[in-house]
Amino acid sequence: MTGVRVLVGTRKGAFVLTSDGKREKWDISGPHFAGWEIYHFKGSPADPDRLYVSQSTGWFGQQIQRSDDAGRNWQSVGNEFSYDGVPGTHQWYDGTPHPWEFARVWHLEPSLHDPDTVYAGVEDAALFRSVDGGQSWREMSGLRNHDTGSSWAPGAGGMCLHTILLDPVNEGRMFAAISAAGAFRSDDSGETWRPITKGLRSETMPDPAAEVGHCVHRIAMHPERPDVLFMQKHWDVMRSDDAGANWYEISGDLPTDFGFPISVHAHEPETVYVVPITSDSLHFPPDGRLRVYRSRTGGNEWEPLTAGLPQDNCYVNVLRDAMDVDSLDSCGVYFGTTGGQVYASADSGETWSAVVRDLPSVLSVEVQTLP
Amino acid sequence: MIRVELPAHLRTLAGVSGEVALDLPADGPAPVTLGEALDALEASYPVLRGTIRDHGTGRRRAFVRFFACQEDLSHEAPDYPLPEPVRSGREPLLVIGAIAGG
Repeated sequence: MTGVRVLVGTRKGAFVLTSDGKREKWDISGPHFAGWEIYHFKGSPADPDRLYVSQSTGWFGQQIQRSDDAGRNWQSVGNEFSYDGVPGTHQWYDGTPHPWEFARVWHLEPSLHDPDTVYAGVEDAALFRSVDGGQSWREMSGLRNHDTGSSWAPGAGGMCLHTILLDPVNEGRMFAAISAAGAFRSDDSGETWRPITKGLRSETMPDPAAEVGHCVHRIAMHPERPDVLFMQKHWDVMRSDDAGANWYEISGDLPTDFGFPISVHAHEPETVYVVPITSDSLHFPPDGRLRVYRSRTGGNEWEPLTAGLPQDNCYVNVLRDAMDVDSLDSCGVYFGTTGGQVYASADSGETWSAVVRDLPSVLSVEVQTLP
Repeated sequence: MIRVELPAHLRTLAGVSGEVALDLPADGPAPVTLGEALDALEASYPVLRGTIRDHGTGRRRAFVRFFACQEDLSHEAPDYPLPEPVRSGREPLLVIGAIAGG
């Protein structure tokens, strides 16, 4: 029966939320890998039973878990992420050179076609690939070795490669985003990369229009129109119509254009969702009201979606990897909060309800639409 | 035989419920060292590679400690000979997750 499986990563374990196509009643399992930080938990588009988990702690480092049977059984696979060659340095917070040091995997992006191929975005920012189901990892060093790499500097959360988008139409094209280096594109399957930041402005930089240094929080695309990209930057919601070559602002009438996640409706490429957050020093919704904003015009004109969401005394955040959509006929939208709630809407955001309210702080939400 | 006591998260990863026993000689040509014990531990339980010592450098992870016989061995070099009670199996080598964080 058609249904959805929502894969939730939290600060203290992973949870799986499962429902049928109505998305009214939910089965909740977890915590899996209890006590570990689950930065990301994602299924293969090529095989929904193949799941990958990034599991880490400050004590015992990184683990990658893989399931071949939709989460019934797990195995630890490879956890060695060694930078290619002599890693060199990037810029530290104080402006001094700092050696590249692996900290954790922020994001796992399984191949669109091969369940055994998966990409990993890590801190300190680099891109790795496994072609054996996560058993071994090799850095795609063309990104980190870009001419600008030594000038990249971490954002407050560390220098993380947090977004990997695989273009389903243009073979070999992929996108990556790094806080706080910016956005990059490869047209040769990750061998070489170039910054795609023209049109971005970050007033906190000496040169607001510099090629690198922008704190990009998240990029999203609709799979049927991959040349159109939507970006939530530290400040500003941006759009590109030419695969990142040029960007323009679409913040429009948002109450604030700071935020972390951004998602695109499964069936309407011009319908975009963001969660406005007050500011970079106030990581909670404006006025204590949790509102998802939706644009049905590809940006600039936004409407608040509030039905079922707390409209007073709400001071949670929604992190960059913590929102996703399903692809059922009536598109479902899901997001998790730092307060441990996972909210779901089965009607494109018109109404919301909490699937679960008291999980650990949510780091990531990914949705599988099941056949 | 050398006995190793792991923290809970590493016991779960390794799939063990109690102490781990390593087949290392109590009286070889030279006393078994801290590094040799950790090598043997990782050889028996490959899933622990990278969790106690960093890949590549082999350095102890910052929030992991080694105790034995009421002594802190955390800062000892890999060639540090384990105390006799550990080598003979009368006392365990303790791998500890440091008190840090929440």
